[in-house]
Amino acid sequence: MKRGDKILMVLVLGWISVLVLLPLSGIVREVWTNGLSSLAEILRQPTALRAFMLTFWLTLGSVVLNTIFGTMLSFILVRHSFRGKVFLEGIIDLPFAVSPVIAGFMFIILFGPRGWIGSWFDAQNIKIIYAFPGMLLATLFVTFPFVVREVVPVLREYGIDQEEAAYVLGASRWQTFWKVTLPSIKWGMIYGITLTIARAIGEFGAVIVVSGGIINKTQTATLLIHHKFMDFDFTGACAAAMVLAAVSFIILIAMQYIFSKRKV
Amino acid sequence: MQENKSTPGGLILRGITLSYIALLIVLPIIAISCKAFDGGMARLWQEITLPQALFSLKITLILALIIAIVNVITGTATAWVLVRCDFPLKREINAIIDLPFAIPTIVTGIMLVALYGPRSLIGAFMQNTFNLEIIYNSPGILIALLFVTFPFVVRSVQPVLEEMEKEIEEAAMTLGASPAQIFRKVILPTLVPSIITGAALSFSRALGEFGSVVIVAGNIPFKTQVAAVYVYGEIESSNVPGATGVSFILLACSFAVLLLLNFIQYWNRQHEER
Repeated sequence: MKRGDKILMVLVLGWISVLVLLPLSGIVREVWTNGLSSLAEILRQPTALRAFMLTFWLTLGSVVLNTIFGTMLSFILVRHSFRGKVFLEGIIDLPFAVSPVIAGFMFIILFGPRGWIGSWFDAQNIKIIYAFPGMLLATLFVTFPFVVREVVPVLREYGIDQEEAAYVLGASRWQTFWKVTLPSIKWGMIYGITLTIARAIGEFGAVIVVSGGIINKTQTATLLIHHKFMDFDFTGACAAAMVLAAVSFIILIAMQYIFSKRKV
Repeated sequence: MQENKSTPGGLILRGITLSYIALLIVLPIIAISCKAFDGGMARLWQEITLPQALFSLKITLILALIIAIVNVITGTATAWVLVRCDFPLKREINAIIDLPFAIPTIVTGIMLVALYGPRSLIGAFMQNTFNLEIIYNSPGILIALLFVTFPFVVRSVQPVLEEMEKEIEEAAMTLGASPAQIFRKVILPTLVPSIITGAALSFSRALGEFGSVVIVAGNIPFKTQVAAVYVYGEIESSNVPGATGVSFILLACSFAVLLLLNFIQYWNRQHEER
């Protein structure tokens, strides 16, 4: 290794340690000094448990809907040709460019009690904003691109030769999809799902705007952390944050594993 | 590749999917754009030129620009070290680069307060010796934004560096080029598109970041109130026109960046085909 490279390496490793690793130690220390009892306590509070459950349902909803529609969209983008396709390709990434707060705000404008669509639902006495449906919509919006972005390149690379072979051998469309296409895009899809899960669990800005922050009802795990922090319960906030951090650590490890599988 | 494009099944598939995207993505963006011009141009102008709104937009743009520049340097250096150097625990460190994407932004905020807050070791030390507040001040926002945007440049430059053939560099070396010359004239030109892509992604993310900043920055007008936090405040106080005005400007900036990215990708593809 050249001398310049060595110096650069030390600088880079130092930067990573200070920027990424040091903050992790901060939260661990905070929980440690307060004793692990604070961690146990947060896992026993009914409010906290409800918040974690709500996050779970939102994540599940986002994964199911965005995997189905994301895969369908990937198919259309790769296999169909129609006018406006380039435009459609440009739209996919839009949610990444929109600030989460603004994403939530857009859904208030649309689905709020006085919104374009929301006023109709309001007349039917169905609440969308400040309730579960609105929070699900916001989470769906911010997580939409992940599956599409992972499945499209795999599908494109894979081509249709094997599918044609399956047709010729007499397989139905449905059989071809389940037995030929799906297995080949599986790892790309799973990687997209993992990213969706990570983002859905951690989403804060979009959800806080549409949730109204009703404790025990529309409070997700991230909103719980925010609430505790604002309430000067820093120990509680740290304990809850530690739980989420542990979950994201597991996701990170899963991502590494899936990424290596996908490359094969 | 255009099988089943106009079979009934294909049309239904396309219809359902396009409706989903229209409802989930297109309609909300149209709605907020229409809302921005509800009261006419004059009203929109009035909302975004309010001193507090203008300040929040200005500080957001400045911070995002700083973030993009710092990330270009640190991100490219990190990608270089990860591809070209060997050191123990390399795989683990490579994995850790993605941590900021995996960790919820609000957790990032809490972590930084725990580390640099007024009650922490480092925070108290900085306060006492340099009279410098990190949390509830702009250095805190910078650190938070650097954390959440760190992976962008690394992850866009790294694959390009991995693909790069060492032969070209070796050829340049045999022809008597110095390492600095090789870097400037051989390596850098190949990396530029991916560096710009990473920088644009960090810039765009820094413009809109909310979760970590709202914890670290507090909400102090004319000091730490970035645009996303301003919009949030206006929504909370039910000032829809105020929130819409600043949102519209932020959206316009992010879309401009996205357009630039699409253009780079297009240019890249054209370039490769030649």
